[in-house]
Amino acid sequence: MAELGVKETVAPVVSSGRADRRRRLWRRFRRRPLPMVGLVLVVAFLLLALVGPLVTPDPSLQDYNATLAPPSPAHPLGADDLGRDVLARIASGAQISLQAGVLSTLLAMVIGIPIGLVAGYYRRWLDPVVMRMVDVVLAFPFLVFAVGLAAIIGPSLRGVVFALGFAQLPAVIRITRGEVLAVREMDYVMAAVADGAGDGHILFRYILPNCANPLIVQATVAIPTAIIGEATLSFLGLGVQPPTPSWGVMLTIAQQYLDQAPWLAIWPGVMIALATLGFNLLGDGLRDVFDPRSAR
Amino acid sequence: MTLLEIKDLTVGFDTEDGLVHAVRGVSLDLAEGEILALCGESGCGKSVTGMSIPRLLPPDSTRLSGSIRLDGRELTGLPEAELRRVRGKDVSVVFQEPMTSLNPSFTVGYQIGEVLRRHEKLSWKAARARAVDLLRLVGIPAPERRINEYPHQLSGGMRQRVVIAIAVACSPRVLIADEPTTALDVTIQAGVLDVFRDLRDRLGTAIILITHDLGVVADIADRAVVMYAGRAVEQAPVGELFARPRHPYTLGLMKALPTAAAAGADGRLRLAEIPGMLPSSLSDPAACLFHDRCPRAKDDCVTAVPELAASGPGHLAACFYPLEDGSR
Repeated sequence: MAELGVKETVAPVVSSGRADRRRRLWRRFRRRPLPMVGLVLVVAFLLLALVGPLVTPDPSLQDYNATLAPPSPAHPLGADDLGRDVLARIASGAQISLQAGVLSTLLAMVIGIPIGLVAGYYRRWLDPVVMRMVDVVLAFPFLVFAVGLAAIIGPSLRGVVFALGFAQLPAVIRITRGEVLAVREMDYVMAAVADGAGDGHILFRYILPNCANPLIVQATVAIPTAIIGEATLSFLGLGVQPPTPSWGVMLTIAQQYLDQAPWLAIWPGVMIALATLGFNLLGDGLRDVFDPRSAR
Repeated sequence: MTLLEIKDLTVGFDTEDGLVHAVRGVSLDLAEGEILALCGESGCGKSVTGMSIPRLLPPDSTRLSGSIRLDGRELTGLPEAELRRVRGKDVSVVFQEPMTSLNPSFTVGYQIGEVLRRHEKLSWKAARARAVDLLRLVGIPAPERRINEYPHQLSGGMRQRVVIAIAVACSPRVLIADEPTTALDVTIQAGVLDVFRDLRDRLGTAIILITHDLGVVADIADRAVVMYAGRAVEQAPVGELFARPRHPYTLGLMKALPTAAAAGADGRLRLAEIPGMLPSSLSDPAACLFHDRCPRAKDDCVTAVPELAASGPGHLAACFYPLEDGSR
């Protein structure tokens, strides 16, 4: 077949589209100092959680010669009231935090995204019903709702994951639905209907991929919220139970020794702050990168 | 042979202000391999008429009556599931905005292949090979490479060609093009119109071209239907229409068109505008809807609806006092 009416010239294509796009996003991201700090903190947190427990001693090992010992070469971050190494407990606590943060966010996403998709796409009676339920849950402060759920489910890491996951659900549903409402009006969705595409195809090939960016940003906000949530629930005794070394549990113990061994409270507190800060900075950076309008 | 036959199509939309009359009893037919232009100004119902054929209208608020027959098969009563098999296979649509008509998350090749897999049940491999052929057909250079690119890597003209490639992937009987060149540069427009002409010549696709641009109509269409306020006011072969417009509205449109002939003795161009504005779409009076803007209107234009009547070879006009030869 002959080519007709061709006037445009072909620009040399150096790379495939997706890699090219990723590289552009990365360049835009790298130029910002704060998101890079966030990225470094998150990577450090991940390393601590994944590698730390392998290279530190058993966090439950008790050394009675070192009870409430200040930082020293043997115990770099000191030891607690039972002589357990604080560094080892911080590393194990990071693992608990990571599990609580990632698993509860995953739970909220896996349940919330389909609900938001269906409510936003089909509208009719389903949308108001779902959204009013979301409003009811959102009327409770996040932690109050999570505490209530955790009290019902029972204190354990699994309980924490479910409580935080369900407490995050309304936000995920609302964000997904809002994005779906915007994307479903796009011309390419109408074009897909005109090409004979069915609802399932339109939802998963046209709407979901084009709502992905705000959902990724939401995940980076949900993870630190869940990390704080886990620490809070565990601090209150509704989450991970001693002797499992959660950062929240460590803070509970540290309370009694604030004047004798303040480092027991400082380390977990600093860790919670840094991990949360890292995810939040990363999330802000991703939001800017995905949405060029907010770029400065 | 008549391929598509629309009879007395009426489309209304329920709104908070009441029923909006978008199309008020339009009848037209389309022959195989014909390029029919639906023209008129914004809001005249040309797009709604086009979108009624594959029923791409909001299902909850649309009131549609009349008959749309494709190859003798009635489309208006078809359930959604069957209509889905018609869309993209028998009837395809090319939309106005090439910049936003493609899914930004997938490659061009994937998006063409998707339609072929859906309607022709092709394998991914076969669909890909067909996609390369289709890109070549619509005049995209280096299709083997373009197929792996994302929409944002293509220019507007290229994207519109890809949209057309998707639309004709399954060799539709009817292609509905809604203002396909309006968003494009004039230089790119001509190329895209060539693609349509070529598709008609090669594949025998009948095309309904929805446009407000009489230049495009003159360039490519075989026949034109002029619409005003939801009614078809004139229809004729294009040469006949431009040589002997019968309806005062059609003449008004032509006078508003910048041409060298319209320039005055001093070489300056003064375009004529049609006084007044479109009547409200909320009422449906039994009158000629153009009467209050028409220099030829008389009393009966306000009390009766003029029907389309023959006024030349293949020429119909809905006017009680049509223009005569040479009266322009």
